[in-house]
Amino acid sequence: MSKQIFNGINVLDFGWAIAGPLTLKYLADYGATVICIESFQRPDLLRTATPYKDEIPGVDRAGYFAYFAANKYSISLDLNKPDSLEIVKKLIAWADVVADSHRPGVLERWKLAYNDAVKIKPDIIMIRNSNQGLTGPAATHPGLGNHINGLTGIVNFVGWPEQEPISLMVAYSDYLVPHFAAAALIGALDYRRKTGKGQLIDISQFEVGLQLLAPALINYSVNGVEEKLKGNSCDYAAPHGAFRCKGDDRWCTISVFSNLEWQAFCNAIGKPEWLNDFRFTNLSSRKQNEAKLNDLIEQWTMQHEPEEVIKLLQKAGVAAGVVQNAEDLYDDIQLRERDCFWVADHKELGKFTHLGQPSRLSKTPATFFRAAPCLGEHTEYICRELLGMSQEEYDEYLVKGVFE
Amino acid sequence: MEIGKGLLSSRRVLDLTDEKGFLCGKILADLGADVIKIEKPGGDITRKLGPFFHEASDPEKSPYWSAYNLNKRGITLNIETKRGQQILTKLAQTADFVLESFAPGYLDDLGIGYMKLSQINPRLIMTSITSFGQTGPYSNYKASDIEVMAMGGLMYITGNPDQPPLRISLPQAFLLASAHGAAASMVAHFHRETVSEGQHVDVSAQACVVWEIANAIPLWELNRNILRRAGSFIAGRWTGTKQRLLWKCKNGYVLFYILGGAFGVKTNRAIVRWMEEEKIAPEFLKNFNWNAFDMATQTQEMQEQIEGHISRLFMMFTKEELYNEALKRGIMLCPVNTCEDIIKNTQLKDRDFWVEIIHPELSTSIKHPGAFAKLSETPLNISRRAPLVGEHNLEIYRDELGLSDAELNDLICGGVI
Repeated sequence: MSKQIFNGINVLDFGWAIAGPLTLKYLADYGATVICIESFQRPDLLRTATPYKDEIPGVDRAGYFAYFAANKYSISLDLNKPDSLEIVKKLIAWADVVADSHRPGVLERWKLAYNDAVKIKPDIIMIRNSNQGLTGPAATHPGLGNHINGLTGIVNFVGWPEQEPISLMVAYSDYLVPHFAAAALIGALDYRRKTGKGQLIDISQFEVGLQLLAPALINYSVNGVEEKLKGNSCDYAAPHGAFRCKGDDRWCTISVFSNLEWQAFCNAIGKPEWLNDFRFTNLSSRKQNEAKLNDLIEQWTMQHEPEEVIKLLQKAGVAAGVVQNAEDLYDDIQLRERDCFWVADHKELGKFTHLGQPSRLSKTPATFFRAAPCLGEHTEYICRELLGMSQEEYDEYLVKGVFE
Repeated sequence: MEIGKGLLSSRRVLDLTDEKGFLCGKILADLGADVIKIEKPGGDITRKLGPFFHEASDPEKSPYWSAYNLNKRGITLNIETKRGQQILTKLAQTADFVLESFAPGYLDDLGIGYMKLSQINPRLIMTSITSFGQTGPYSNYKASDIEVMAMGGLMYITGNPDQPPLRISLPQAFLLASAHGAAASMVAHFHRETVSEGQHVDVSAQACVVWEIANAIPLWELNRNILRRAGSFIAGRWTGTKQRLLWKCKNGYVLFYILGGAFGVKTNRAIVRWMEEEKIAPEFLKNFNWNAFDMATQTQEMQEQIEGHISRLFMMFTKEELYNEALKRGIMLCPVNTCEDIIKNTQLKDRDFWVEIIHPELSTSIKHPGAFAKLSETPLNISRRAPLVGEHNLEIYRDELGLSDAELNDLICGGVI
């Protein structure tokens, strides 16, 4: 296998769930050795959630965990057993990066916070992902990514006019934080290589989440205006929304910004008469009569499958998309062509689809090396090969129950 | 190369993007790079989109522009002219990154695509941010935010079951792509610093949205279960039950959900204790064995029964009161904040999150979200307000490229800058 960008970079991950571990996907997919510290005593949240292979629960049968964990190693350590800390300290000495996404206070309790880690490895980079940062009155408040959707207020941008907001189902910032965190972390690795200096990176999911709502926050701070719920409408486009198509819960989106696009749209769907309809002649009249317009369009889309709609409209130069569900995405020829998913054999799951990278680097593409680890799959390898323990030493820890 | 205080100090970024890529350059600028926003003469079209500061339509007063071009310098350049292409090529010789978000092939047609620029500067990293990427059957599809959110799968699982799929009304797809673009550029940067080789980073916004859809793909692959819109509930996480996420309270909403196993015990107990203090705890919850409470065996009926009682508790308080108690009692609950709440938030204040950006032209300073990370050795620095149209033309064209006043005048008259 050819040399990868982060070959030789060693990463130790205390993290769990999504934001922390997903940050390290950036390193693992480009060749770093990333070790997840896990424990049978307290398996990762994603190992205890659906889907399971054949719907039979089991830490190694959980697809949610495996989907995000390609290319990583797993060691099982019961950190409540004092002897395990000896191994952890050896691993910190081995590591270039220590990552954590527990609630602030947990690493401190184990005496493994940055100030402790630098005593073991003076140039360590430590990255800590938490809900609200390492400092401040709310730093130790427990919660998950779904709660952060409330703190950032992104929920206030999801819903229909005059109705309740709708909570996103997904923990939005959990999947967003990794991009920002990785940018900082990789920069810190480069800086360390040039200066020999490590550092502590403190990432607050709340603060990262606000980066994507900045225009609304600035608008409020200047004009005192709170955004209102507006469904799928857009001030600069009409039509703009999701339209029901033929089939069970099938939808397409259409967005028309300019008058040129409007002409192309009407001609493409065989309604040239709309071009002369005074209700729809320009954007402002279309916005005024948007509900009527949407009804008329839906009468047409309901006679077609969404794939037909987008083929027709894209050919005419009009933006349109299929509202894809998981099955559509799984079969999406564009995502497959771009290697967005990595299909490989997993010990327990069989042939399994892992998430890949959403971009392609022309000279050093991200590479699939190994399927997601089973819990503790590499415990012996890590102790014996990476830390150089003797068989006797390893067996001693084993007997003490350190690897449980 | 001298190492300054920022992670990317002394690095030059040419930012040719429109709103699809603004945030990418903003992140590199926050990390210390010298980012030069290149607009067409007259200014980027995004400047003309409202709302505006003080509601006056003016290209120098757009919050959107300001939010994502903060910390950059700005020049104008018409890259569709021969002279404009020459100037861009000259600037690219010494640049470290070029960011662009044009349709695939557009820059190649102008003779300033990656192939061309990398010949004169092999260390160059070019990052392209498009809806579907540079290659593949959809690469030429036209798409705005809503199409990318639809094609990436987030819309299908957002909204009420009996209503159409929903997007997030503040466009997000290209912000996700831009944030990823910055991280992927840093991956390429690390490689460049190792072996002096640049490359082309080709970002698909659709694929970035796919990162956001949680367990939807494995749920389909392993269980043939399609994750569907469930309104303000989580579905598809623990067998067939769904858990309420959004709850009404006295003056708004809070986010909360019941978790089983070790993760939920503390919160669940604290909630019941609180109900007891308020004298509204039902008998069956008082001695509930939360340690044995397993979402995998939980029935929807039981779920709703518990949720009914919790909902009564929440309706007794405001979201501020609920959050204060949650902080005190260690309950996993957060308020649904408005912009006003966020600006007043004590945690953000305590962490010095906000930056006041001075806008001399508006004779005022404006609060902007601050750093996305706190780095102990190389802190992020956010201080420069977003550039006015062509604000740094002289600094770049005269002082750096050494163009004479007469040449500059020609460029202006020729519509090049």
